[in-house]
This record gives sequence, structure tokens and C-alpha cells, in this order.
Amino acid sequence: MSSFQGSANPPLLQATRRGLDCAAGGFTIDPYRQTDVSVITHAHADHARKVANKYYAANSAVALLKKRLGDDINIQGVEFGEPFVLGNVTVSLHPAGHVLGSAQVRVEHNNEVWVFTGDFKRDYDPSCEAFEVVPCNTFITEATFALPVYRWQPGHEIAADIWQWWQSMQQANRPCVLFCYGLGKAQRVLSELTAFTDKQVYLHGAVNPLTDIYRNAGINMLPTVPIDLRDKKKLYDGELIIAPPGAGGSTWMRRFPDAATGFCSGWMRIRGNRRRRGYDRGFVLSDHADWDGLLRTIAETGASQVLTTHGQAGALIRLLTEQGINARELHTQYSGEGDEAEA
Amino acid sequence: MKEFSRLYQTLDQTTSTNAKVVAMVEYFKHAPPPDAAWAVYFLSGKRLKRLIGAAKLRQWLAECSDLPQWLVDDCYSSVGDLAETIALLIASATENTTQGSLSGQVDELRALSKLDETAQKNKVVQWWKSQGYASCFITNKLLTGGLRVGVSQLLLARAVAQHADLPRAVILHRLMGDWTPDESFWKTLISEDDGAADISRPYPFCLASPLEDEPQSLGEISDWVAEWKWDGIRSQLIRRDGQTFLWSRGEELITTRFPEIVTAAASLPDGTVLDGEVLPWNDHGVMPFNELQRRIGRKTIGKKLLTEVPCVFLAYDCMEAGGVDIREQPFKKRRTTLESIINAVRLVSSADCRLSLSECIDSPDWEALAEKRSESRQRLVEGLMLKQVSAPFHTGRNRGDYWKWKIDPYTVDAVMLYAQAGHGKRSNLYTDYTFGVWDGDTLVPIAKAYSGLDNKEISQLDKWIRKHTVERFGPVRSVTAEQVFELAFEGINLSTRHKSGIAVRFPRIARWRHDLAAKDADTLACVKQMISND
Ligand SMILES: [Zn+2]
Ligand SMILES: [Zn+2]
Repeated sequence: MSSFQGSANPPLLQATRRGLDCAAGGFTIDPYRQTDVSVITHAHADHARKVANKYYAANSAVALLKKRLGDDINIQGVEFGEPFVLGNVTVSLHPAGHVLGSAQVRVEHNNEVWVFTGDFKRDYDPSCEAFEVVPCNTFITEATFALPVYRWQPGHEIAADIWQWWQSMQQANRPCVLFCYGLGKAQRVLSELTAFTDKQVYLHGAVNPLTDIYRNAGINMLPTVPIDLRDKKKLYDGELIIAPPGAGGSTWMRRFPDAATGFCSGWMRIRGNRRRRGYDRGFVLSDHADWDGLLRTIAETGASQVLTTHGQAGALIRLLTEQGINARELHTQYSGEGDEAEA
Repeated sequence: MKEFSRLYQTLDQTTSTNAKVVAMVEYFKHAPPPDAAWAVYFLSGKRLKRLIGAAKLRQWLAECSDLPQWLVDDCYSSVGDLAETIALLIASATENTTQGSLSGQVDELRALSKLDETAQKNKVVQWWKSQGYASCFITNKLLTGGLRVGVSQLLLARAVAQHADLPRAVILHRLMGDWTPDESFWKTLISEDDGAADISRPYPFCLASPLEDEPQSLGEISDWVAEWKWDGIRSQLIRRDGQTFLWSRGEELITTRFPEIVTAAASLPDGTVLDGEVLPWNDHGVMPFNELQRRIGRKTIGKKLLTEVPCVFLAYDCMEAGGVDIREQPFKKRRTTLESIINAVRLVSSADCRLSLSECIDSPDWEALAEKRSESRQRLVEGLMLKQVSAPFHTGRNRGDYWKWKIDPYTVDAVMLYAQAGHGKRSNLYTDYTFGVWDGDTLVPIAKAYSGLDNKEISQLDKWIRKHTVERFGPVRSVTAEQVFELAFEGINLSTRHKSGIAVRFPRIARWRHDLAAKDADTLACVKQMISND
């Protein structure tokens, strides 16, 4: 493979107003504005929008995308690792380990290979396909948690903490409301908790249909029931309730006046983030790569050029540059500094 | 150490005050007395003397974590808390099970002062690498200063009281003043009878609440006593066993800084404790607060300063008379006692007695009192104090019996110039701001403020600051002059120490003026105008 460096060709993937454009292939990855053909990395809102005439995505992401964008979208499911041709380029999808059906997009043209990770993580997650290293010349990586203070403990250890917290609230007869992103994090927690219990968990209305899709895909999770707000007499003492973070400040919470609250997010690694939000507990559980994960993955791809999306990657770029890797930030609209969104 | 860091975590991880008390009681039940004493010390916000500077710790951190210095510094500026940054970067993955006690760790920390720099570094790095996250964080907190764990003195006293099965007021009183955190302190703190108590020990201050409603809501004016609310150092004057002690509300012993008050207090009978205010007071009456500032912060006071800024202790109340705690008596009765004590002293003193009595303001009705209150600014006072005639001298704030009826603050529209990250809970947010007003076509800084915005506004502003940084000076960023805020403050004086030529007191943000542009902000000339209006 020849390096892209010094080549006269335009870059294979370019950040434009539309998204991550591939001119040679005539498609856009994760578009945010109207486009014809798109390849979607995963079903989170900052990556999947209803702006394309045609969608390609991993087979296991199709149901989630239809749920999010509507049944009427023109979508083609693709097997992981199976190459297909778009315009003049060869495209294939490879597991990103972020959420169910999340893919890295590999694009090959004239012996030049580019990979866009979308969002990814290296840690074990029983609710989605495991990350696969894809060698490439140019690696476009997310960099949501690109500082060495972000290092994750294994998910099952965090799940043990959640279980312990739930048990202590059972003793105290208080409900515990755990805020998790409704797509991915919630199901990962439900899956990890099967190691400790087979108790039933209550779900906020926004989390419920997505969990059904995971269950249909064969993911092993704790039994769940949607919360019926019309049932005013029901007591939730000692029960675990999973809700999206947005429900935190809403009237919905008034239903659980005595609840202990927890939040699952990589941002919870920093004490100030947790205290500022006023949650009782912060569980450091992220579906993004941590610092070690980012460095290790970049090294394993063998890429000579690294472009970053999501977040403040200044430190990562400087470190890579000092190691002789050509690195810079790519300006995209995928969720970045706003620490509310971890998508 | 393990138990204490677990206590810290529990306190840090819950917003429920009951759960906090339960956790502290549980800790005190099992802690060896020296550990319990140190826990009380740190939980009441006291700290060890700082032995090693932050820059040095950052350098050691870079060296032992194999990260470049710039990356360590980046991490620190992102996290905003050095103790936490260190723990995040190099704490051991598992908690060491054989670690020592809290008091043992404190002894080792204090012993650092006797080591040379290499030995200090070896010791500190060894702690970092051998302790798990929680203990490493605590050790660093003790090393770099305080703990800030969100436990008020009242809550701490509640837990100790519950553990010792004593009234909370007793514990609060015993926690006042100067004490050494050791085994005997802890045992005395929780004992039924603390025997010969420390003669310097002050009482907890009784605090007033701000009056937000109309005073008519308080009922008959005859049930209330009104006094001026002075702007000095709220203090407690103690005369016991022929010795005098003067404590500030911040529980600092300030006796030596006010020799003229000490001289006057020598005529007080033994067993007297007075509540009052230290004020700068010359032949013409009270002087502006910034004159008093010249006396604060100096341990020894020269003759010149003593003549230029003579001070007085203006007595408000009496908590102990003839060696008896009279705090439960009604205010009216205590006031009579206070008057007879002060009058007796003034009788035997020179004409210029530095001990005087706060005046009670007689008014036939609330309207007349409101009229009196409007003289506040000319009198250099902050407004009025209202005291219920039958109220006891409360421990702390007890809404209903003591009110401060302050005059409305001054306000000014000013432009944000600089921002700096906050501390503790707000360490990764820009929450400390500097504001300026127009002097010709330049903006001159007039005030720093860090309160008055709600959490939503703070994070909105934080985002704006990050996007509109012009320059960085260490932790401080200068920002585009665009955002206008209405600032409120209590007082304003001419000052030669400030570039603007003025100094404002207690500045705070009244509201964010989204409706104003930088050009609409006030001018320095119109701010100075406020001084001459006084
Ligand atoms: Zn994303
Ligand atoms: Zn995502």
C-alpha cells in the first residue's frame, strides 16, 4: 500500500457540509444534510439522520435504524466483512464494538485504504459485536475521551458496583433510577447484570422499544417491563429503573420522589462532572475508547495518517505528531465537547 | 486510611443529609480515637500546612507516570483538581489492604517537613503508586490542602452528638475555638462532662436571616428590638480567669491585632462573653470598612496605624455573665445584663473607652423604622438588625427570631473581561469572573464575582467562554468583551490600590443582561458618582 502522503489525488474521505463525503464512491458516511447514497456507522442520533435516499448499514443495525428513522427508509443491510462496490471504491463494514450493529467503514480505492471508526470501544461488551482491528493508511478515529485521565475498568466490575448499589437501595426500600443512554448503554447494563441476578428491571418509555430490538437480536438481558405511569398506586421501592439522561430534570422524576439516582457515563470518571449534575452515584461506564484504547488501536492499524473526530483531541494529536505520525483534527458535526451527549 | 476514604466516598456520593450523618456515625463508632479526632479536624474544613507546592507535585507526577509534562498539565487543566488528577493518572488499580491508619498517614505527611527534596519525592511517589484510587485521592487532598466534602459544621456536630448521645449544641460549642486533634481531644469531645473547659473557647455565633418580606409580616413592632447592622468584623470578646480572647466569626483568634480593645476588656468581670462587632472608629464616628482592612492581616500593629485607625468593640449581646451561660434567657433580659456590664466598664474607663454598646433604635411603628433605615448609607451601616425580644441566643441560623433588614445594594452594568476555573465542585467550569466598565474607550476591571448565576447559566457561560477565549494567562482566560452583567455590591470606596481607582464590597452577579451590548455598559465616571452620592 502506498501512503497517501505526497499523492496528487484528493483525499478519499473529506469532511464537508454534508458529512464525511467519498467523492470517488459517490456516497456520504453518516450525513447530516441531504444526500443521495449514505453509509451509516450506527444508529445514534448524531450519526444517523433522515437525510439520504439510500442507506447502507450492518445487518444488525437495520432494525434499530428503522426504529429511529422510520420503516419507510430505503435501507440495505450488509454482512460484516463482506466487500461491496460503490462508484469506484470498495467498501466493507467491520464491527466497532460501540453498540449493536455499530460499524467501522473501510474504503479502498487505488490501493489506498481509509477507515472511519464512527464511535468505537475496545472493552468487552456482551450486547454487541467485538471491535475488529482493520489495517489502513489513514485512520479516522473518534477521540471523545482523548486524555490519559480517561481509563476504564472492565464493564463487569462496574456492573458489580451497580448491583451493590441496587442491593443497598433494596435494603433502604428506595427506588434507584439509573440514567443510561437509551440505545446501547442501557442494554449493556441489562446484559452485564445477568451475572448477578435475574430480577426484573423497569424501563422508561424511551428505552423500552430499543431493548425489545436487542432481545429480538438474541442478546441475553434481565427481564424488563415498561413503566406504566397511569398506575398511580404502584410502588417502586427497591426496584431498578433505567431511564435516558434527559428524563433526569423532567416531571417524569416526580413519580419517584425518594429515588437514589445514578448515571452511567465515561464523563463520570471526573468527580466535578458528577457533582455538578447532582447524581448520587456516577458509574464510569463508556461505550467509547479510553486513552489506552485509542493509542493501542491507532498503533495496531499501522496508519501513517490519523484524523480525529468528536471532542478535543489536541493532546492526542500532539502526542502522535511527536511520534512521527501525521495527525490532525477533522471538523465534523459528530457530538464533541458537549459533555451531555455521549453518542 | 481505608475506612476514612470509604467515609469520604460515601459523603461524596450522596446528596441526602441523613445518609451523610449515618455514614459519619458509623465511622466514629469504629474509628480509633486519634483517627476520629483527625476526621473531625478535616471534616470541619481545617487543613494541614501545605508542605509541597503544586508545581513540584506536577513535575514529580510527569516523571513517575512516564507522561510528558505538557500532557500532565493538559490533564490537570481539564480535571481542574490536582489531587484528583494525580489519582486518575497513577493510583494503583487495587486498594492496598495493609495500609495504615488516618492518623498514621497524617503523621507521615507532617514528617515530610523534616526531609530533603529527594526523600520527600520518594515518599510521595511511593504513596501514589501503592494506594488505590480512593486512598491516593485522600492522601493528595491532605497533601495539597483541604478536603471540601460538603459537610457543614452543623451536620458534623449532629453526627458526633448522635454518636456521643449528647445535645448538638454542646458538641458545636466544644468544636469552637482552638484545639489539637488528638486522642484526648476526641475523648473530651464525646464525654458527658468536659471538666475544666478551655477558657478561650467561644460560643457558636447566632446568625440572622435576610428579611425578604415587608417588616409588617413580623407582627407588632413592640415585640422587636432594632439595631444598626454594622459593617465590620463580627466578633466574640471573652474575659475569663483574668485573660482576654477576641475571636472572629471565622474562628480566628484576633486578640493581638486589637490591643486597644484588649486594654478596655481588662475592666470586664471574669466570666464574661460578649457578642459584637469590631469597627474602625475615630473622634468623628465609624470609618469606612477599607480602613479596617488596613488593620486586618497584620499580626503586629504599629503606633501610627493605631492612631490612624483606632478600633472599638461594639457589643450586641451577652452569652455569659458571672461565669454562667445565659444563652437560653430571653433577649430582653440578656440586653439588660449587657447594658449593666458595659456601663460599669465605661464608668471606670477613660472618656475614650474602646468598648461600647450597640444602640437600640426606638420607633413607634414599622413606617418610622423604615424611615430610619433610609439613613443607613449616610451612617455607613448596611441596614438594620431586628431581634425578637424573647428569643434565646441560638446556635447558628434559626429562622424567625433574628433578621437582617439590609438596604438595597448598588448595581452597575459591567462587561466580562476574564474568566477563571472555580474550585472543588466547580473545578472544571469557568465560574470566577472579572468585570469591567468603560473609562473612555477602554474597559477597566472593577470587580471579581463568582456567585449569582444558576447552574444552567454557568454551563452556558462556560461554553461561551471556551469559544471566545482571546488569550490565556495560566488558569485565567481573557474573553471577547461582549457579555454584560448587572452586578450588585454593598459598598464602594476610593482606592489607590486598584487600577480603576475604586474598590467595591461583596460584588455579585444580579443577572445576565442578554439585552445589553458591551457598549451599553456603565462608565467608570458614573460608578464613581455613586461614592459622592453617599
Ligand atoms: Zn458519535
Ligand atoms: Zn455513538
